[in-house]
Amino acid sequence: MNPSPKQMVEMYRTMLTIRLFEGRLPDLYVTGFTGLTHLYMGQEAVAAGVCANLRREDYITSTHRGHGHVIAKGGELKFMMAELFGKKTGYCKGKGGSMHITDITLGILGANGIVGAGIPIAVGAGLSSKMRKTDQVTACFFGDDASNTGAFHEGLNFASVHRLPVVFICENNLYGISVPQKQHQAIQDISIRAVAYNMPGVTVDGNDLLAVYAASGKAIERARAGKGSTLIECKTYRWRGHHEGDPNRGSRYRPAEEVEAWMKKCPVRRFEEKLLKKKILTTGKVKAMKEEIEREIDEAIAFAKESPLPDPQDLYEDVYVE
Amino acid sequence: MREITYAQAINEALAYHLEKDERVFILGEDIAKYGGMFQVTVGLLDRFGPDRVIDTPVSEEGFVGAAIGAAMTGMRPVAELMFIDVSTRAMDMIVNQMAKIHYMSGGRAKVPMVLRMPMGAGRGSAAQHSQSFHAFFLHTPGLLVVTPSTPYDAKGLLNTAIIDENPVVFVEHKMLYATKGPVPEEYYTIPFGKADVKREGKDLTIVATHAMVGRSLAVAEEVAKEGIEIEVIDPRTLRPLDKGPILESVKKTGKLIVADEGTLTCGVSSEISAWIAREAIDYLQAPILRVGSPDTPVPFSPLLEKLYVPREEAVREAVEKMKAYL
Repeated sequence: MNPSPKQMVEMYRTMLTIRLFEGRLPDLYVTGFTGLTHLYMGQEAVAAGVCANLRREDYITSTHRGHGHVIAKGGELKFMMAELFGKKTGYCKGKGGSMHITDITLGILGANGIVGAGIPIAVGAGLSSKMRKTDQVTACFFGDDASNTGAFHEGLNFASVHRLPVVFICENNLYGISVPQKQHQAIQDISIRAVAYNMPGVTVDGNDLLAVYAASGKAIERARAGKGSTLIECKTYRWRGHHEGDPNRGSRYRPAEEVEAWMKKCPVRRFEEKLLKKKILTTGKVKAMKEEIEREIDEAIAFAKESPLPDPQDLYEDVYVE
Repeated sequence: MREITYAQAINEALAYHLEKDERVFILGEDIAKYGGMFQVTVGLLDRFGPDRVIDTPVSEEGFVGAAIGAAMTGMRPVAELMFIDVSTRAMDMIVNQMAKIHYMSGGRAKVPMVLRMPMGAGRGSAAQHSQSFHAFFLHTPGLLVVTPSTPYDAKGLLNTAIIDENPVVFVEHKMLYATKGPVPEEYYTIPFGKADVKREGKDLTIVATHAMVGRSLAVAEEVAKEGIEIEVIDPRTLRPLDKGPILESVKKTGKLIVADEGTLTCGVSSEISAWIAREAIDYLQAPILRVGSPDTPVPFSPLLEKLYVPREEAVREAVEKMKAYL
């Protein structure tokens, strides 16, 4: 199903928001907060394309590289930024940080610091939706190296046996931290692993927003109709290093030419050009949109900076539900 | 009162909640048609059907994770691990996810689920089907750890576990499954953090868990003939730990033995001993003694396994040592 012009603008806006939000983080990492953070920059089309097909009540599970997923599922920038600053007003009251942003009311079941761990949890959300007889779908995001974990295989197997409404979205950014894909697995297309679990598997250009939107839309519709899971591999690339602090955007293990070549395939600019060409957007509108988002981010940063730090006794709270 | 086994008592609690609350479901390996390796879930498939009594693949990480995801999204899963030994296969889910999601999310998410698993040696099952490493879970803040020693406690504590909003590790003892005891037919709960004084005494306190409770009571009856009165306290839940009755008892008797079947180093008894040494040093009239398993893997040969398991003899030995201070 083709997205309407309005939907296309929305998706563009989502990608742009992720890009601009994260664009501020490298500097803030140095001056504002110092905790561990992994940037999504370069992979925006995946989160934006998938989440555009989801409803508010649908679920996602995310990864250590989760800002994009959270923004695309409707996360509020000011609560995200406050969390990155470790402030009491953050999504997790400053207890989770970048890797654990969660908002059950938006169906965000949590970013996750353990590679692959979101997969069984997503399967459980799918089982829950099926048992509660809702038509909620769960989109489960993970990376290329997560497809080597036991959690991946156990999760896909379980989802397949029970025909659960879970769509597995593998963001293949070609590296597990520093190890290139060909050194961590003997296959090129991760989608072929779907065969082992008797579910459809497709590989798409993860930097092509409309390709991601179409493939995930079909899979989500299929899941919603009770026909089971799909594995979608989105080939993409992260622009920054594994985490902020990984020197020179990962130059220890990635040739500069490779990074440059992928930056030329920028998913945001690519879609922007398409929208301009189709006259869905004008340069003026793009400029205005960027300014508007930047203002929103300024407000988020101001909110984060002005927010109080947690109280010492907060250390001991939320360990158990009282 | 009618008497039923520990296994039947657990079964009754599961059946009650499956009947009453449609959010409750159970999952695990061979729990449906087979009725569970120790026949704890027998009959539940027939009553509640395969959608709510789910046989899982041998994928401990996968199905414990699925229980977590289901619990986060409105269900009340009770998952069974066939042996505590295989919880190692699900340790990421238990330690990094189930225990911490509430905290990491700043209280935005909760994981109301129960993870049942049996521990204990004595069945000739060797080193990977006999362990008692429930102390692992005490080392993980965010988990509640429950250790029933009688059929009555098993039913009442499981009823509480299923309605609790937190993740509960419910550690059963496989040598207790066939033991019988009085259990009311009606529904009742036993609150977490409420120790049970299984026997009153003025001379010596034994804090005992699981099968060590029965073993300690047997020894207490024996030495009562010599005029020595042992108080036996079962904490019933190790987290939360009901410190009051233990502290009161030690203040009264001045002597403490802690008996728990885990290996001794960094075990349940280490923790209780350290805490009592701090809180009640002025009352102690003797060194704290501990009864537990040696720091070895569980051996297979019956002769060696007999030496390994802290049986009544081990408790008696500790009591004999304490006699010097009576």
